[in-house]
Amino acid sequence: MPFIPHTPTDVSEMLSVIGAESIDELFDEIPEALKAAALEGVPTGRSEMEVARLLTERAAADGRLLNFIGAGAYEHHIPAPVWAIATRGEFYSAYTPYQAEASQGTLQLIYEYQSMICALTGMEAANASLYDGASALAEACLMAIRANRGSESRRILMPRTVNPTYAKVAQTIARHQGVEFEAPAFDRRTGRLSIDALKGSMASGGYAALVIQQPNFFGNLEEIDALTDWAHANRMLVIAVVNPVSLALYRPPGEWGSEAGGSGADIVCGEGQPLGVPLACGGPYFGFMATRLSHVRQMPGRVVGRTVDTEGRPGFTLTLQAREQHIRRSKATSNICTNQGLLVTAATIYLSLLGPEGLERVAASCAERTECLVQALTRIPGVAAAFDTPRFHEAVLVLDRPVPPVLAALAERGIAGGLDLGASHPELGHAMLVCATETKLDRDIEAYANALRDAIESPSAARAQLEERA
Amino acid sequence: MSENVPDDLQYTRTHEWIRDLGNGQVEIGITDHAQQALGDLVFVEVPQVGRELKAGEACAVVESVKAASDVYSPVSGSVAARNDALSDKPELLNSDPYGQGWLMRVARGSAPADGPFLKATEYAQFVKEAG
Repeated sequence: MPFIPHTPTDVSEMLSVIGAESIDELFDEIPEALKAAALEGVPTGRSEMEVARLLTERAAADGRLLNFIGAGAYEHHIPAPVWAIATRGEFYSAYTPYQAEASQGTLQLIYEYQSMICALTGMEAANASLYDGASALAEACLMAIRANRGSESRRILMPRTVNPTYAKVAQTIARHQGVEFEAPAFDRRTGRLSIDALKGSMASGGYAALVIQQPNFFGNLEEIDALTDWAHANRMLVIAVVNPVSLALYRPPGEWGSEAGGSGADIVCGEGQPLGVPLACGGPYFGFMATRLSHVRQMPGRVVGRTVDTEGRPGFTLTLQAREQHIRRSKATSNICTNQGLLVTAATIYLSLLGPEGLERVAASCAERTECLVQALTRIPGVAAAFDTPRFHEAVLVLDRPVPPVLAALAERGIAGGLDLGASHPELGHAMLVCATETKLDRDIEAYANALRDAIESPSAARAQLEERA
Repeated sequence: MSENVPDDLQYTRTHEWIRDLGNGQVEIGITDHAQQALGDLVFVEVPQVGRELKAGEACAVVESVKAASDVYSPVSGSVAARNDALSDKPELLNSDPYGQGWLMRVARGSAPADGPFLKATEYAQFVKEAG
């Protein structure tokens, strides 16, 4: 689309056609009292040069911290071709076009993406993406209630090992549709779910679904087979929340469960950001979702299918649209009206460039780096690993003192040291969540360890200040 | 194609037909008019046997390439049988809406108080006026 601004002549011609004196007149219907004259704290217009200068200075003030925070958004190396290709004119749009079939290239890309998600998750059908991992989980919960024919329940088991932000978003979206959430506790010793605890918390009337995050919010690997079997035996669907990079190392959710009950997870969703999307202050990211063919009509969002044209040549088309809102109105499977096409484009290119072997090397490197980090940090007196459970690329560390001042001291030393779990999981004590991906070299881990030792042994000004305030 | 409205059935304004099976059960489907309006059906979802239905409740979904519609139970009762053949062959509903395309059978309670329904002539008239 060319960039063509309106000239004053264009504007006055258009106004005269509709019989309006000015552009402001078009907004006459809005009562004066509702119009904001000026925004508090926001200056009036400045030149592009001034704004660029101001924002560059503000960004520089943030510094470039060495990042050891994960908790749902992960810093990975993104090969240069990913965004060089994704930002080409042919791809550079967040939307699937109107009259989608006219854009066969875009549809093919989405089809390839769906196929990759199916291959990673071991599922039969994937949609064209959702907004992000958290809203994907909310949609998965609503979908599970629609899809679970064996249960009338509108309750979902959302354990405390699920990312607390995801749990909050799912509640926000689903609670007004009569969905209730229960949050079973985890085993404090292992940092994962225990079947015995789940059994004990069973309410009469049952649940529509059990959410299993793998690896869980603490980075630990859940006992997915036993959990899946237990959920299915109790007429629940299994919603798997997975890190797509980890799937290069671990069994896909489609194969969860013992052989006897081994039907796998029913719905798989997660955050696609680790696949070639930069951290970028929290977004835009994209969510992915996949399911079995038997539940495909309950899956929200767009789906691209492969077909043949009247001459038998292969082509791509939007399919299963009858469940969507432009046809089913209020009874549509969801109110999702767009997807994160550009991010999906980047992820598809990322996966194509890495291939299965490359993704496995990234995942293995992440796991190895995190073990190095945990070993280096737990050698420091007053720092211990909270759990001794197999994990992927995150770990909970427990300190002998409050976490916030330590993180502040680390930040002063150029290190983003981790996520304080005090607010979300106070039961863990002075705990923080740390992460190392393939981007962290030995010297980075050493720098973190030195800074942490330093911060613990010699309280900084920031720490003193924080303690004073507390 | 003219629309077939058999005389021996009863009808609703939401285009379901009802056949009294004489054993306390009724058979329910959608009319020839409804299947023609929907076009080629690609998916039919019928309720589980044993499900308790209230008259007017959405209990089945018929989906064509261009639309998806709810089917409303004309009667209250419990689902006694459902037409599982439709899951593999939804086109039966297009080819034989009053026969092989039936959706479900419902066992009505002891005092069936639903209705009144439309007679064939009334339904034909209703469709004509609405169209």
